Order: sequence, then structure tokens, then C-alpha cells
Amino acid sequence: MKRAPTHSYPGINLGERHASADKATEVVTFGFWVFLMSDLVYFGLMFAIYITMIDAQAGGPGPHELFDLKSVFAQTLILLTSSLTVGLAMLALKYNLPRGRIILWFGVTLLLGLSFLVLELRDFMAMAEKGGVPQRSGFLSAFFGLVPLHGLHVAAGCLWLIVLGIQLRAKGMTDLIISRVVRLALFWHFLDLIWIGIITIVYFGGLTYG
Amino acid sequence: MDKRSEMHRRERRRYVIGYGGSLLLTLAMFGVAHLFGIETTGVYLTIGLLGLAQLVLQLVYFLHIDRRRSSREDLHLVLFSTMVLLIMILGTVWVLGNLAIRMHMHVM
Repeated sequence: MKRAPTHSYPGINLGERHASADKATEVVTFGFWVFLMSDLVYFGLMFAIYITMIDAQAGGPGPHELFDLKSVFAQTLILLTSSLTVGLAMLALKYNLPRGRIILWFGVTLLLGLSFLVLELRDFMAMAEKGGVPQRSGFLSAFFGLVPLHGLHVAAGCLWLIVLGIQLRAKGMTDLIISRVVRLALFWHFLDLIWIGIITIVYFGGLTYG
Repeated sequence: MDKRSEMHRRERRRYVIGYGGSLLLTLAMFGVAHLFGIETTGVYLTIGLLGLAQLVLQLVYFLHIDRRRSSREDLHLVLFSTMVLLIMILGTVWVLGNLAIRMHMHVM
């Protein structure tokens, strides 16, 4: 007999495997979604400013001189893969796989997040060498307001991963820790969504209309 | 025990499908940019649509947002935030674009 899976909040649901954690997670997860959506509004306004600033280059270097699509492509693949591995960590937790497996996926995600940040910082430094610094033009101010803001979120996510990994080792899989991992996974997936907006609007949009 | 691993496999497959689909869409996006050059609005529109498709794909397969009754409240939250956001973005672009035209700044 097949029963429809109960699904009480977005993101992966813990279900009967962790019934008590599931109950505790439901409300905070909804609250976390409210946070994510207000964060989305913040990002959205930075996108709007960027769109209006695309032409405001004030004779400074523009998208064609500054953007390195190869590096952006690599960053996209890295972030996408990390979104998968954080999901796999979540599944390992949900189905009570050995703790080593969870820590492994956590570690892979952390490594991917850090390499994303390294590539992004290298891009920023290359841009600065070509005179693309935030104070050069309205376009560059808008760019450096938006893209590093996403990078900062990824850095915060990495820190969160480390802290949760330590807590997982020290305290084991308590309901509280499990519900925190659910939120971390949501946060990480959300960052990948923002990144899709960034490649579409900032990089490709900048190259088309800048 | 068996039912559990069966469910595990099913959920893992969702993630792999989401990942594979996103990978294809990303490759298509950069492929279009590489092959046709990022110059015309037509090419950009294609890239934009591929991006939008990937957004929806990840919302469904990674974030598990869909029209199932139990996650409908969250769907409402997402849709409402998107609406507020679109009003603000379109409003900003409209007002500032209009200003730029009137000030002869040749924007947009």
C-alpha cells in the first residue's frame, strides 16, 4: 500500500524517520523562509540598481574588458555541484546513514564553497588590476555591491557548515542539530538560485547591454 | 528496512535529476553565448529563458516547492515575495530609465 508522503515544509522533509525533529523543524523552517524571502528582496533591489547602472560607466572599464566568462563558468559548476552535495548530506542525515557519510558530504560542500570563493576573489583582483574598482563608476559600484554580497553569503554559509560540523561531532544528531542542517541546506540551495540570477543578469546582461 | 532504502533511492534520484538538468541548462547557456556571441537581444532572451528554466527546476527538485497542498503556504510566501520584488524592480527600472531618457543620458 502506497501512502502519499507527508510534506509539511519546503526543502527536504524529515518525515517519520525523525518525527520529533520534523515537528520542531516545521515552524522554524517557515520562519527561515521568511528570512530567505526578505534576503531575496534585498538582492532583487541590488539587481535593479545594477540594471539601471549598466550604462553608467563614466569612461571607465566596462563588462567586455572586465568579465572573465571562463572563470564564471567554473564558479557556476562548482556552486551547482555544492548544491547537490549539501542535498546529499541532508539525505544521509534523514536516512540515518553513518555519521562519517554526513561529515564527508559536509566536507566536500565546504571545499567546493571555499574554491568558489577563491575563484571569485581572483576575479575581483584581476578586475581591480584593470582599473575596475568600485569607486571608478556607477556601474562598478553596482557590480561590487551585488556580486561580493553573494560571495559574503557563501562565506557565511561556509562558516555555518564548519560550526555545524563541529556541533554534529560533539553533540551527535539531536533534534536541534538536525533542524539546523535542514535550514543550512535551504540557505545553500537559495544561494545557488541567486547565483543563476547573477550569471544571467550581471554577466550575460552586462555583456549584452554594457 | 527495504521500504526505507527504496525511499532513499527515490529522493536521491530527485537530486540527481535536478543536478543533471541544471548542468544541461548551464552548458546550454554558456554554449549559446559561446556559439552566437553575446550581442543581440535575441541571444540574450534565449539565455534569460534558460536561466529562468534552471531557476524553476532547482526550486522544484532542490527546494521541493510545488503545488502539493501541504507546501502551498510556502508557495504563497514565495509567490508573494516575488510579486513585491517584481513591482520594486520593474518600478525602479521604469522610473530611472524614464529619468535617464528625459535627461538625455542614453540609458536603455
